[in-house]
Amino acid sequence: MSATTRSIPSLGDLTASRQASVETDGPCKIEADRLNFFYGETRALQDISIKIKPHLVTAFIGPSGCGKSTFLRTLNRMNDIIPGTRAEGKVLIDGSDIYSSGVDVVQLRRRVGMVFQKSNPFPKSVFENIAYGLRINGMAGSKSELAARVEESLKQAALWDEVKDRLHDSALATSGGQQQRLCIARALAVRPDILLMDEPASALDPIATQRIEELVYDLKKKYTIVIVTHNMQQAARVSDYTAFFWLGRLVEYDRTDRIFTAPTQKLTEDYVTGRFG
Amino acid sequence: MSGAAPLTFEGEGASRIAWRRRFDVLFQVVALLVMVVALICLGTLLWDVISDGSGRLSWQFITGFSSRRASQAGIWHALTGSLFVIIVTAVLAVPVGVAAAIYLEEYGGRSVVARIIELNITNLAAVPSIIYGLLGLGLFVRMMGMGRSVLAGAATLALLVLPVVILSTREALRAVPRSLREGSYALGATQWQTIWHQVLPVAAPGIMTGLILALSRAIGETAPLITIGAVTFATFAPDSVWSPFTVLPIQIFNWVSRPQTDFHANAAAGILVLVALLLSMNAAAIWLRDRYQKRGLA
Amino acid sequence: MTRRGFEVVIEWGLFLCALLSIGTTVGIIGVLTAETIGFLEEVPILEFVFGTEWTPLFAMPHFGVLPLIMGTVLVSTIAMLVALPMGLLTAIYLSEYSSEGLRRVVKPVLELLAGIPTVVYGYFALLFVTPLLQQFIPSLSGFNALGPGIVMGIMILPLVSSLAEDAMRGVPRGLREGSYALGATRMQTSLRVVVPAAFSGITAAFILAISRAIGETMIVAIAAGQQPRLTFDPTVPVETMTAYIVQISLGDTPQGTLEYRTIFAVGMLLFIGTFGLNIVSTWLRERYREEYA
Repeated sequence: MSATTRSIPSLGDLTASRQASVETDGPCKIEADRLNFFYGETRALQDISIKIKPHLVTAFIGPSGCGKSTFLRTLNRMNDIIPGTRAEGKVLIDGSDIYSSGVDVVQLRRRVGMVFQKSNPFPKSVFENIAYGLRINGMAGSKSELAARVEESLKQAALWDEVKDRLHDSALATSGGQQQRLCIARALAVRPDILLMDEPASALDPIATQRIEELVYDLKKKYTIVIVTHNMQQAARVSDYTAFFWLGRLVEYDRTDRIFTAPTQKLTEDYVTGRFG
Repeated sequence: MSGAAPLTFEGEGASRIAWRRRFDVLFQVVALLVMVVALICLGTLLWDVISDGSGRLSWQFITGFSSRRASQAGIWHALTGSLFVIIVTAVLAVPVGVAAAIYLEEYGGRSVVARIIELNITNLAAVPSIIYGLLGLGLFVRMMGMGRSVLAGAATLALLVLPVVILSTREALRAVPRSLREGSYALGATQWQTIWHQVLPVAAPGIMTGLILALSRAIGETAPLITIGAVTFATFAPDSVWSPFTVLPIQIFNWVSRPQTDFHANAAAGILVLVALLLSMNAAAIWLRDRYQKRGLA
Repeated sequence: MTRRGFEVVIEWGLFLCALLSIGTTVGIIGVLTAETIGFLEEVPILEFVFGTEWTPLFAMPHFGVLPLIMGTVLVSTIAMLVALPMGLLTAIYLSEYSSEGLRRVVKPVLELLAGIPTVVYGYFALLFVTPLLQQFIPSLSGFNALGPGIVMGIMILPLVSSLAEDAMRGVPRGLREGSYALGATRMQTSLRVVVPAAFSGITAAFILAISRAIGETMIVAIAAGQQPRLTFDPTVPVETMTAYIVQISLGDTPQGTLEYRTIFAVGMLLFIGTFGLNIVSTWLRERYREEYA
């Protein structure tokens, strides 16, 4: 490999336990099998095949418009609400194809939660934001059960202490970082297996970003997390596996440490060293 | 560069440029005159009505019933009739109109049927109101046997304002940001859950504003209600949806049509009451819109 | 009921509400057609459409609708002579010349003019405008076509102005800038570049205004008179199609009789006329949108 002129992000933070838990084979939570995706006539994703492992953080990186967000949104069929879109190929979650006919998309979205780039809390109170997901999925139970679940979700998102006295105030009155953690809590409340995060910290300041990253590290014990990010350092800090997308194709997918120190594709190397994108 | 000669051009003399400029100024003057004329007309109309009618305005006028003697005639029957009809119209038009708008905006998409319905609504919005009266007469009064009742009148007006309600509700729905819907879908909500719990509450002020404006149009409608048989001389306020009725504009029309000038004063006073009613409805709509625009969305 | 079943029921319910609007059109066409057919069973269509005397309530009735059509056309023409030029001029000024401050004054005034109930305009036409005109035209009778025509024009002016302004605002800025760059004045640019470019949109606005004038009822019912007359003279009483329908509705004509059916026959003509105009206007507006999409 040719010498690079810019430094590669430091991976000294990787703990030994983190490196040891990464395996190349083993159970697969999400699998895409030659997935092609179209916006009308335009092909946005080409022959994506990938196996994403459970209880790990997988990062999707790549330049703008490379399809990483589009692919993320195919995992919970969020693209269905855009008219004129079409998917060919398979996306398997726990072995079953979510694009086969007869799949209940509503149930799918409960199991595969999503956090968006720009936080979108509902114009309701903090409590109601969390309770909404529980109510519509029939998970609300009695008043005390509901309150307990709301508290549990907020604690999982490391937000409880900050809002416990303001539960019934408007969610819009919180800071940007708090709103995003609220959206995470809201997604976690309905007990998904998988959490999809589309550039969750891109609109936040560095301190708020750090808190989100710490949260992601904690959450992966219970959930499988896929995070899209345009920030390579963030991918290096936070993820176990990284997938590099370019112009609708999956170029390389490997353990994060290998992607950033010894990538096998020249394109990958050029991207992570900053030659383009 | 002071003192340099002004720029001149080949081929066009100074006089021609001057003429062009004069035409431009003339045009502006004429256009401004036109707007002034419009303003004067509005002012004259208001002044005329106020000067004719303010003398007749009194508490007795508002609470009295009609009478053969002009000085004793009041508008209570017509005022209550108007309010009653408008309320029933709203009750009929809102559910259907909002439902239709939700279908077209959230479910219909670009399907052929939706397109046809949209085209149809646009055309209906431009049909003369008296045609709606004929429809009401043939359909509600006769075929459905409602008779010349408040219900028939309200149903007719509901059909009349339905296109307006649908169009303004669609705009209110369109203004709800996509991120709100996506956040709801991502939690596993169905389409109706998302609409009912998230979209409608946020769009509600806009829908209400559109509704108030539609009703303020309906309250001034005369021709369709005459056609379905609203009476022009009533001595009672309507007590149920089945009772005969009259409305304020029809009472005004009745008084204007009489040759005696005393009744003309009554008509002018009635107009003042009607205009006051309209202004307060429009003010309510504007207040609603401003208040919720300030609260805004995330 | 399952969740999915419930969603399907909801969607069908909403769809039926949307279909109701089609039901309205079907209802209008149905009611008008049914009664008109009944009417035409007793009155030959040629007499109806080409006859020159309209006296359906007389002992010796005549059912020629031309006088009513003439009345409508006469009043509407006067209204359009007022509304179209003034509306277009206002639109050009607001779109090409005016400052923000002036717009903030003129626009609400126009909206107010458009929002005044037509009975009020009728009052104004009968009790103010006609007497005023009688000062200048002594032979003007109390009911005539001129007064209500002018007032109707003022009422429709805001409609013309706002639609024409929308059409002109849709013209891309580049066209104007090209004209200015050649040294044209604002008036030349407005009249020779912008207005022709917005032609379809402006024509659509004009057609809609005509449709509105034809369908207007209360101003003419109050101020134009109830004497059907085949004339071009604006100083004498006439009766329009719409005023006739009001006249019969106010009276004691029993339902199901021939006289009763006349209002539907006249209504049918009115509907066909306005519907046709509206379709043309919509088609023009669609074409205009395609040009500058």
